[in-house]
Amino acid sequence: MKTGSLLQATVLIGAIALATASFAQKKYDPGATDTEIKIGSIMPYSGPASAYGQIGKLHMAYFQKINDEGGINGRKIKLLSVDDGYSPPKAVEMARRLVEQDEVLFIFQSLGTPSNSAIHKYMNAKKVPHLFVATGATKWGDPKDFPWTMGWQPNYQTEGRIYAKDILATRPNAKIAVLYQNDDYGKDLLKGLKDGLGDKAGRLIVAEATYEVSDPTVDSQIVSLKGSGADVLINIATPKFAALAIRKVHDIGWKPVHYLNNVSASVGSVLVPAGLDKSVGLITVAYQKDALDTQWANDPGMKEFVAFMAKYLPDGKLSDALNAYGYSVAQTLVQVFKQCGNDLTRANIMRQAASLKDFQLPLLLPGIKINTSPTDFYPIESLQLQRFDGKQWVLFGKVIE
Amino acid sequence: MDAFIAQVLSGLVTGGIYASVALALVMIYQATHLVNFAQGELAMFCTYLAWTMLDAGFPYWAAFAATIALAFVCGVVIERVVIRPIGESSVLAVVVVFIGLLVIFNSLAGWIFTYTVKPFPSPFPAEPLFGNHYVSSHGIGAIGVTLVVLALLYAFFRFTSLGLAMRAAAQNPVSARLVGIRVGWTRALGWGLAAAVGSIAGMMVAPTVYLDPNMMAGILLYAFAAALVGGIDNPWGAVAGGFLVGVLENLLGAYVIGTELKLTVALVLIVGVLVIRPSGLFGRVTVKRV
Repeated sequence: MKTGSLLQATVLIGAIALATASFAQKKYDPGATDTEIKIGSIMPYSGPASAYGQIGKLHMAYFQKINDEGGINGRKIKLLSVDDGYSPPKAVEMARRLVEQDEVLFIFQSLGTPSNSAIHKYMNAKKVPHLFVATGATKWGDPKDFPWTMGWQPNYQTEGRIYAKDILATRPNAKIAVLYQNDDYGKDLLKGLKDGLGDKAGRLIVAEATYEVSDPTVDSQIVSLKGSGADVLINIATPKFAALAIRKVHDIGWKPVHYLNNVSASVGSVLVPAGLDKSVGLITVAYQKDALDTQWANDPGMKEFVAFMAKYLPDGKLSDALNAYGYSVAQTLVQVFKQCGNDLTRANIMRQAASLKDFQLPLLLPGIKINTSPTDFYPIESLQLQRFDGKQWVLFGKVIE
Repeated sequence: MDAFIAQVLSGLVTGGIYASVALALVMIYQATHLVNFAQGELAMFCTYLAWTMLDAGFPYWAAFAATIALAFVCGVVIERVVIRPIGESSVLAVVVVFIGLLVIFNSLAGWIFTYTVKPFPSPFPAEPLFGNHYVSSHGIGAIGVTLVVLALLYAFFRFTSLGLAMRAAAQNPVSARLVGIRVGWTRALGWGLAAAVGSIAGMMVAPTVYLDPNMMAGILLYAFAAALVGGIDNPWGAVAGGFLVGVLENLLGAYVIGTELKLTVALVLIVGVLVIRPSGLFGRVTVKRV
């Protein structure tokens, strides 16, 4: 009898302890349960920017891998990835559907500056995390006014400032011509460039030309820019237009120092169409390892990525840098989940996303780390310059903050 | 001066692109008296067919010819299967179908071939002719091809009885039927020919602007402007309109209004022509007896 009551008491205390423990730890907002974390994503699977839809496909594949390995803390990740066709009104419709009807925990990597701008206020009014948005605009790192939105990749202004630094260091008397897409993205990068050049901007920039995404070619713009007598060209264009510009610059016999923005640094989808021989000497910034670059052939992180691609996304091309990008972002999210533990509330998701410390990813260049804080919503802020040698990008210089 | 010449010549090359697509629009208009919004997407899709054949190792001109034949069949089939059942119910219904076709072909191409930009080979030499720095050999070659297509179309409508029958069937279907023209089939033929002309345009455009499912989206708008400026019932006019729009757009963009407003030029042209001279610069003014 005595032993019996002791046993009973132990069991009872144990049960109470367990119950309170789980009560203290497990906290959920809509979308999270003991077995599943449901998140949403908005991608341009159709429409003019549909090349980026590849990122969404990669996320699906990566979370499949995580789920096959047992999920995170026993929870499977369910990603509802929907198509907005790169159309802002459609993005609003999709965000509302994901938040109000599907009740996802948060929206992850919604793509495109226009689409994200359209849902920016909605997400913050609803207090639903709008996490690691897939755009390089600078406005996503504003924790004071928009505490529920965070970007991921280096923003365009940082990139523009780095080009400015390099120009000032290597050719202080450059005559700069700028080709840019006539929208927020183009103007954002241009602003970074001008900020970086400081009071010299007015003197050094001798010509600017814009294009619209509906323009068939940028031939006329390139001819105008060449006519300005510039010896440095800053190419702020999306893949197709970047390729058109690279080819035209070569064909009209212009030989400027040609900076190409990172958005279009893909060898497979930009430089190959433009012509590899015409791309020699291009300069861009990088923060990711290039899967085609032989110097990473024996890199453990790269090997893991190649194996992952072969198993989970066999029809995705390694040459497409968007795959490596999606892979790294998905890994960052997994880290956030790990840090969250059993507290899967929306507030904690943002808290943990804003406390990534010196987090390193297998596909980021050595020396580039992810750092966030409650006042720093820019995960990646350092970049390294690289030059195209006709076959691949070759890094040079140091990692620049 | 050098820059000016370069602007004019590059305007002629882009103008050649507009002209080639405008020709397909003229073709379908001559045969059906309708403006087909899906013409550009159809051409883009046919270009993908050509790309598939080239990728599989076909020689260029074989793939070129096969694509034109396939495009012709494709056009006829679309007319028979999709357009004909609607008949003459209403213009609006047909326009909705055109827009539907546009979206379908665009998505289909994206789904099958992905949206990644693809380089498309040119049959012309890679290096510019005579070492000039203004226009690529392909640019000149494409203009040449456009002019050949133009001559063929003109001859077809002007000198063949089939071309005459087609014009008659489009202008006055009832009378045409009474004199023994099989109106249904001339329309299908018109669709087939327009698709074939479009596919040539697509194969000439793709090396310049790269092949992707949205290749024709911007071009079609300029082609409309070109066709309207020249007169949509006149192949010569459409081609002249194409060159005019290309050069005008470049010169105004570079020297007058700035690059931001280039697209506006095309839109202003469309509206301006419709308001001031709806038949276009070279179009025939139609007079209706009341």
